[in-house]
Amino acid sequence: MVTINGESVDVAGKTIGEYLDTTNYDKRRIAVEKNGEIVTKALYDETLINDGDTIEVVSFVGGG
Amino acid sequence: MIPTKEEMINALKIRQGERLQEKLLSSAVAVCGLGGLGSNISISLARAGIGKFILIDFDRVDITNLHRQQYKACQVGRYKTDALLENLKEIAPYTEFETHTVKIDESNALELLKDADIICEAFDNAQCKAMLTNIVLEKMPQKYLVAASGMAGLGSPNTIKTRKITDKFYLCGDGVSDVNDDIGLVSSRVMLCASHQAHTVIRLLAGKFEV
Repeated sequence: MVTINGESVDVAGKTIGEYLDTTNYDKRRIAVEKNGEIVTKALYDETLINDGDTIEVVSFVGGG
Repeated sequence: MIPTKEEMINALKIRQGERLQEKLLSSAVAVCGLGGLGSNISISLARAGIGKFILIDFDRVDITNLHRQQYKACQVGRYKTDALLENLKEIAPYTEFETHTVKIDESNALELLKDADIICEAFDNAQCKAMLTNIVLEKMPQKYLVAASGMAGLGSPNTIKTRKITDKFYLCGDGVSDVNDDIGLVSSRVMLCASHQAHTVIRLLAGKFEV
């Protein structure tokens, strides 16, 4: 299992890009961390999610 | 009469302790966006005696900014960098301020932010927030980033929180209240989020890394 934003999700084997395509996240408004490290946007489609990974998708909303 | 530099530093050391004050005085903070978040962050941190500021915004003060941003009615129409610099110098006359009236993007971010120990993301546009966050975390991994997301509307003040996302990335706000929902931005809640950011900066400089 993989932990994404604190929830257990069964997405091991997918890439970050493939996972994001199954969600409602707007890729222009997010930053993705995998095991405490930023995932470069250009590498979303190459970065594989492994069993035991902890992923945080920070999705920004407007206002400031 | 304006106190001398020595008098002001001594007063800060009495209030905040000599060791912390020396650290704050020797630190540089960049504030990206000088709106409701950035103008309030800057004023809090200037009062606290941060040594150097890098203030960045391309925009001018608009009449609709006055309800939540630290500008005066007589400053409408002026560049925010110029107007805020004037206001900050009245509060902290001996602090070093660097201003840049530009839009930050991938081409200039490294150069603009190179001297900053801590970077505050204080934009209002969600895509710009994400862009700066990705640039800082990818290209400047040694720097701290204190960003904000979700402070619009009349929601409870108790839902504004500071989270530690990675070792160098802190995020303030409720995470969900978008400016396009509800009634837009309310001064007190935006200031609350700005205070979370400013306080996080001071805590990081004090060596307190857990939230």
